[in-house]
Amino acid sequence: MLEIKDLHARVEEAEILRGINLTVNAGEVHAIMGPNGSGKSTLAHVLAGREDYEITRGEVVFQGKNLLEMEVDERAGEGVFLAYQYPVEIPGVSTKYFLKAALNSIRKYRGEKRSDTGEFLKLVKEKMKLLGMDKSLLDRGVNEGFSGGEKKRNEIFQMAVLQPKLAILDETDSGLDIDALRIVADGVNSLRSADRAIIVVTHYQRLLEYIVPDKVHVLADGRIVRSGDKTLALELEEQGYALVEGDRESVLSPT
Amino acid sequence: MIANDNYTQRISDEFARFHADLKSQAPAWLTGLRREGFRRFEKAGFPTTRQEEWRFTNVKRIAETEFALAEISPPLSRETISPFVLDEDYLRLVFVNGHYVGELSATGAAPDGAVVCNLSAALADHPALIEDHLGQLVSDDNACFAALNSAFIRDGAFVHVPRGVVIERPIHLLFISTDNSSPTASHPRNLIIAQPETQATIIESYVGLNAGVYLTNAVTEISVAENAVVDHYKLQQESAHGYHVATTHVRQQRTSRFSSHYFSLGGQLVRNEVDVTLDDEGCECTLNGLYIAAGDQHMDSRTRIDHAKPHCNSYELYKGILDERSKGVFNGIIYVHPDAQKTDAKQSNRVLLLSDDAVIDTKPQLEIYADDVKCTHGATVGQIDETALFYLRSRGITEDLARSLLVYAFANEIANELKLEAVREHVERFLLTGQSLPEL
Repeated sequence: MLEIKDLHARVEEAEILRGINLTVNAGEVHAIMGPNGSGKSTLAHVLAGREDYEITRGEVVFQGKNLLEMEVDERAGEGVFLAYQYPVEIPGVSTKYFLKAALNSIRKYRGEKRSDTGEFLKLVKEKMKLLGMDKSLLDRGVNEGFSGGEKKRNEIFQMAVLQPKLAILDETDSGLDIDALRIVADGVNSLRSADRAIIVVTHYQRLLEYIVPDKVHVLADGRIVRSGDKTLALELEEQGYALVEGDRESVLSPT
Repeated sequence: MIANDNYTQRISDEFARFHADLKSQAPAWLTGLRREGFRRFEKAGFPTTRQEEWRFTNVKRIAETEFALAEISPPLSRETISPFVLDEDYLRLVFVNGHYVGELSATGAAPDGAVVCNLSAALADHPALIEDHLGQLVSDDNACFAALNSAFIRDGAFVHVPRGVVIERPIHLLFISTDNSSPTASHPRNLIIAQPETQATIIESYVGLNAGVYLTNAVTEISVAENAVVDHYKLQQESAHGYHVATTHVRQQRTSRFSSHYFSLGGQLVRNEVDVTLDDEGCECTLNGLYIAAGDQHMDSRTRIDHAKPHCNSYELYKGILDERSKGVFNGIIYVHPDAQKTDAKQSNRVLLLSDDAVIDTKPQLEIYADDVKCTHGATVGQIDETALFYLRSRGITEDLARSLLVYAFANEIANELKLEAVREHVERFLLTGQSLPEL
């Protein structure tokens, strides 16, 4: 579904991604871990289409199409979804209006028929129940006055409504207490399916106890330095990122 | 003063005619008020940009247009006015070119003792009440347009709420300008008197059905007595070549509450002033505004709040959205008099500039002569928030639609707060259509 080849990206003069290679198949959940500043969030944003980054080399193929050539909204239309680490507040646009505009924009992109109000509300209410959210949220401004946990939950709620093919969760677990973490993880797990891929970007192993990944990758200095199954996350938990610091040494000076 | 002797002479002739026509029917005090208004207008003349109060708004176009007093036009049908009728349940006074039209109005069922009618009719029934109040709040010698309005007082709305009465139905004052072959002017004059322990909601709408040039020069005086609550809404939707100049003067007595919600959505050249005096302790006043301009529109919003006595609160938020070559002016003065200790005043003007050619001159002003007060003011001018834009686009929303949504959101922060559902929906519809957004 997603193939990243030798991806390099930089912000101004700083090279942040220095040759990422990653293949994610439909139905898989991949975790990308790594210390702060390793490039995890940059990778997530580059995939979503953030324009602050300059792609200097490499390619990203998503369902046979060149993802890097697409506009941000086209990527969403193709089925890419980024759950933000810091979701934006938009007072003055209700969550209901925003989600309906998003859903219908994606449908229009795909040449599908618009969702009418009845169908839309039914879908939205069902997903709110899934995430234990209050209906009153629909009429509130997008993320307006939400706590950190509520914002994260709202991201997963949007994901549940928009049903992406590739969901990228950027540090969705940061700042969540254990109850909120469980709700968010349950929401994500309910979206696991054979035709959907999920990339979980996280600093901590804790989230992966609830969202059990098929593969774990460790990012350091803009490269994937180790890949493995879920046990790699546990290993990291025990030994810390020193584990990969060592690897990085060996990557940098292969003696 | 703008030197245009021919025109000044013309206004003078017109005033003489107007005055002669109405003198026989008018009580002496009203004749005096008109004369005094004209004298002050003659003395002040049309303002120029050399005057501080008018530095950013050039009224040369108004001063040089030869307006004739607007005559009542052929009758309008109910269908014609229906887009402007906010709610059939509201009490309604309709004025066409400044003249009251009873057939289009709905004044029935005002509560006991309350008066909701046109000013000229009220002159016959309540002369003493009107004499006591009319012109009492407009005194500025330099207020050329208000003086001109006083000179040409003929009609407008009159609302009197006697002690203890609550008028639950909002009162909608609808001013319609219709097509004329040459430029016309109307000078609506509204008088709202809320006696102690009363409550009323007033909506003023100004709309234009004409393609030509015209001037609406309105003055509204609102007296809010002890413990009274008055909510005032104004929808300015003049047509493309309409000039709209208006002042709303408010005086608040002890522990009264007043709110003003001003929406400037139309017109070519617009100047709106809201002037509130908090004249006794414990008053609360809210002034909110939204101006949306594009093309070559010019919109000037001016507010003044006088904190004359202690323990009064005022809250003010004006927002502007300027596109293309439009120009906005905001000037907000909060004047805290020496006696006004424990004043709490907040003022903010936020502006969204959507094009490189749009201009805003914003001047929030605090003048504080008391030492135990809490006052804040500020202005922000910005463009569309790129982070929010990216967020919306990453959910599949196209860039154009996302931009429109964010403009809508910026404006909607003011509209959202409106208590009156029909007014809120009217403004929201205007905002959605203006941004080509689908209905909610």
